[in-house]
Amino acid sequence: MATTVATAGDHVAGAEHHELGFIRTYIFSTDHKMIAKQFLVASLVFLLLGGLLAGVVRWQLGFPGQPIPLIGSLFSDTTAPGGIILPEFYNSLVTMHATFMIFFAIMPLMLGVWGNYLIPLQIGAPDMAFPRLNTFSFWISIPAGLIMLAGFFVEGGHAGAGWTSYAPLSADPAFSGVYMGQILWLVSLTIVGFSSLSGAVNYITTVINMRAPGMTWFRIPLPTWALFVTSWLVLLAIPILTGGLIMLLLDQTIGTGFFAPATDGEPLLWQHIFWYFGHPEVYILILPGMGLASEVLANRSRKPVFGYHSMVVAIISIAFLGWVVWGHHMFQSGMNPLLGTSFMISTIIIAVPSAIKVFNWLGTLWRGNIHLDVPMLHALAFVSMFIIGGLSGIFMASAPVDIPIHDTYFIVAHIHYVLFGGSLFSIFAGITYWFPKMFGRMFGSKLGKVHFWITFVSYNLVFFPMHTMGLKGHIRRIYDPNQYTFLESMQPLNTLITVAAFVLISAQFIFAFNFFWSMFRGNKAVSNPWNSNTLEWALAPTPPPHGNFVGTPRVYRGPYEYSSPESIDDFLPQHLPPDRVQRPPVPRDPGFLPTGD
Amino acid sequence: MSSHTPALQGNLMVHDSTYEPGIQIYNMKLGMWLFLLSEVMFFTSLLGTYVILRFAHPDHFADPGAVLNVPLTAFNTFFLICSSVTMVKAFAAIQKGDQKGLKLWLLATILIGACFVGIQAIEYGALVHEGFVPMAAKYHALGRTGVEGGPIVGGPLYGSTFYIMTGFHGLHVSIGVICLTFVLIRAMQGHYTLSDHRGVELIGLYWHFVDLVWIILFTIVYLI
Amino acid sequence: MQNWSWLLDESASTVGPHIDRLYYVILVVTGIVFFATEITLLWFIFRYRHREGRKAAYIQGSTKAEIVWTTIPAIIVLSIALASRGLWAEIKDPALVPANAMTVMLTAKQFEWNLTYPGPDDELGTGDDFTVRNRLDVPIDRPTRLEMYSEDVIHSFYIPDFRLKQDVVPGMELMMWFQPTRTGEFPIGCAELCGIGHTRMRGTLTVHTASEYQTWMNEHIQAQP
Repeated sequence: MATTVATAGDHVAGAEHHELGFIRTYIFSTDHKMIAKQFLVASLVFLLLGGLLAGVVRWQLGFPGQPIPLIGSLFSDTTAPGGIILPEFYNSLVTMHATFMIFFAIMPLMLGVWGNYLIPLQIGAPDMAFPRLNTFSFWISIPAGLIMLAGFFVEGGHAGAGWTSYAPLSADPAFSGVYMGQILWLVSLTIVGFSSLSGAVNYITTVINMRAPGMTWFRIPLPTWALFVTSWLVLLAIPILTGGLIMLLLDQTIGTGFFAPATDGEPLLWQHIFWYFGHPEVYILILPGMGLASEVLANRSRKPVFGYHSMVVAIISIAFLGWVVWGHHMFQSGMNPLLGTSFMISTIIIAVPSAIKVFNWLGTLWRGNIHLDVPMLHALAFVSMFIIGGLSGIFMASAPVDIPIHDTYFIVAHIHYVLFGGSLFSIFAGITYWFPKMFGRMFGSKLGKVHFWITFVSYNLVFFPMHTMGLKGHIRRIYDPNQYTFLESMQPLNTLITVAAFVLISAQFIFAFNFFWSMFRGNKAVSNPWNSNTLEWALAPTPPPHGNFVGTPRVYRGPYEYSSPESIDDFLPQHLPPDRVQRPPVPRDPGFLPTGD
Repeated sequence: MSSHTPALQGNLMVHDSTYEPGIQIYNMKLGMWLFLLSEVMFFTSLLGTYVILRFAHPDHFADPGAVLNVPLTAFNTFFLICSSVTMVKAFAAIQKGDQKGLKLWLLATILIGACFVGIQAIEYGALVHEGFVPMAAKYHALGRTGVEGGPIVGGPLYGSTFYIMTGFHGLHVSIGVICLTFVLIRAMQGHYTLSDHRGVELIGLYWHFVDLVWIILFTIVYLI
Repeated sequence: MQNWSWLLDESASTVGPHIDRLYYVILVVTGIVFFATEITLLWFIFRYRHREGRKAAYIQGSTKAEIVWTTIPAIIVLSIALASRGLWAEIKDPALVPANAMTVMLTAKQFEWNLTYPGPDDELGTGDDFTVRNRLDVPIDRPTRLEMYSEDVIHSFYIPDFRLKQDVVPGMELMMWFQPTRTGEFPIGCAELCGIGHTRMRGTLTVHTASEYQTWMNEHIQAQP
């Protein structure tokens, strides 16, 4: 993981000279910035893997029963003999696509990358509260990822009960045909849970205790706020999953009876435990992205975030409400219908803080001075796609309307509009925005725009049609929709989606290429290319050295003082003492006030 | 954190406890509280499962005394509570700078903790012998007063839930004993002083938590 | 381009139109919000794009705006929830199943649906019951109630044209009821991943006229050993 701009040798003036070897600098680093980059590389690899798995899924749906072209012969006889995907392999693909994306791509991207990189820098701290715990957090996730990969190569194949792993299908090899794969899945997730948990402990402690003087709670930039709140969700939700995973593991291995109906175990108990974790989990996947988007939107509009306090309250409300809506995943499960009504009401209420955020994002753009750079394109895409994902949720929130659309492609559409349209675009916004700070070079803009547009268009072609397919009854997780006569007419649409998906996946290679090319050959970045107010841009050098800042930063104002009348510039850094702010010239006619419009 | 700071820019904060803003709880202690909060959620998932399954299938469960050795475990509970007292005494000792007291009381805590695990292991052995096992298919608990070939007391859910709750608690106690041993070794190396004995406070917090979980577990599983 | 349309085909059950109506209400509401927000977004991007000499307005927010766009969405979504309550109860509450519903037992297993009819004595669990695989035959003139069991894993009994679906869980007795509104054949599918054969767990629901149903029933009773 070489960075061309010297970091190891770069020390803050006046600091003790402290030579760390290659291993302590690049492998077992305790520096939050290096760990963030390690998470970045690892999660982008898993993101790509998750995408390729989706590509194979889409191949089967687009060209059912056809041998996979080019690489078909690479598959074993137990997965795709002659390149033709088997139903059991299809179930594993669907399961693993989601598993890798959620646990090994999006979560580490949001938390491992952004939590690690941004939190200390944005609050003015030299590093995390527990640097060595941070190293552990990254390195424990690697064996977890390898264990998850290993599942593809064991007898019986990989887990194929969906990422939701409903019992008793997942608990008994007699039902699924899978034994070792499911065990590896459970073990891997248990281990990666410790990675997330250590991160959460680190981030919460750091934000509470290590803010620079003057960095009050309501001067913290929104990415850090979102990551802070998200860390609480991780802290409290992951252990619930861990408990459930262990119970399922024991059911599978030594034969306990938690979820086994044969001995009065309760399959619905698994669902309750899983979704009690699972719903906070989806907010874990989106909240940090909302913070990232807010930051980019404000900065590239040269305008304060509209309603910063409301945005914070909305983030906290979503986090709180997220605990009492889990039953909406279980409306059709056989759960007591009365519970359905209460979950319907709590679920519909959670739409409100999300709506508030959308309106505030629009308010941020209103009367702004909008620069359509690559990060801004992604942030804008985030807003527009999240609107769709959020609105589609309202259909499902109404329990009766959920009856026909549950477990159909309508749900798949919703999931991908919030996770790809939402989370992933915000992650792209973050990567392209903070790239110069991380690597000292600008992220290639031309290729960046090419990647954005191809991604945006093909992505919508893939997922938008899924709404109506679901409405017409296209069930999810089915290997061969043509088994159903009434779905045969959707085959052309499935094929179109597959082709668009291949374009979408291919476009990501443009991103990967641009990412590495820019790292070594991109234009050298100035210290604060976006003229941002926040400490990581305005105060810390680019890239920041070990320890981040020279001396202790002191904060005088909030992070979104863009286009302030107090300053001649259209930005006003948080750390600038009032007497060093360059004021605009006094107007000759006191009645004249320059307006932005 | 403290071992890390000398390498950092000297004019930055040295000790996290002097950082402001922040709450007046030093980083490691805050971190420990957060970790314990996550542990609460973990045990909640296990205990919650027990409660739900018990309400759903009361026939699987029995009067605690029918299967479990309540008197022995009651004594064990008292024993564990004593170890919390010795832990408090250890902490109080180092707060006064009493190195000898610290080591003695730490040792007492370790020994009691180890005995707790030992007694529980013995109870497990007896229970398994009586047919009270976690495997659903092999469950054939005869109860404390049952005879060979006699009727089965309770059902498989009893075994599954009992062992997962008490087993994970026992695991946490064992890890606690190991950590306490580390702390004792460091105490013997003179690592803790009147002014800095954070490690003792941290393991103390963990130990009291483990004790508290047991009191709740004991009440729910052995008394009700 | 039928499959691109957000309009639904006509349903075939009594609750279908109610669910569809609720769907259309939500579609209209979300549709209006969708167009309003997306067009506003596009307009803002265009109108406030950077041009030489342009300055942004220094606006922190507006409490009034926050109140407005909190209360109005809250009222709208809560109305949707309240409007949904009655229909939900009508479909799912066992106490509200019509009294004249006939009962058929559904047993789901990997990978088929087994429907058991009570036979002439109108009672399930007696000797004259008969079981049919992967097809459900019902009359149009009375409601049918399904007593649902699973032999192995969780399945989900799904009749798209009726807008109905119910998970079938091993160890639980669950129920679903419906009243058809037209005769014909309607697909049945499994909507919960249940293993390797999940994709082929299909069936057919045939709605007969009253007399056709009697004929069908007699054929099956006579075929019994």
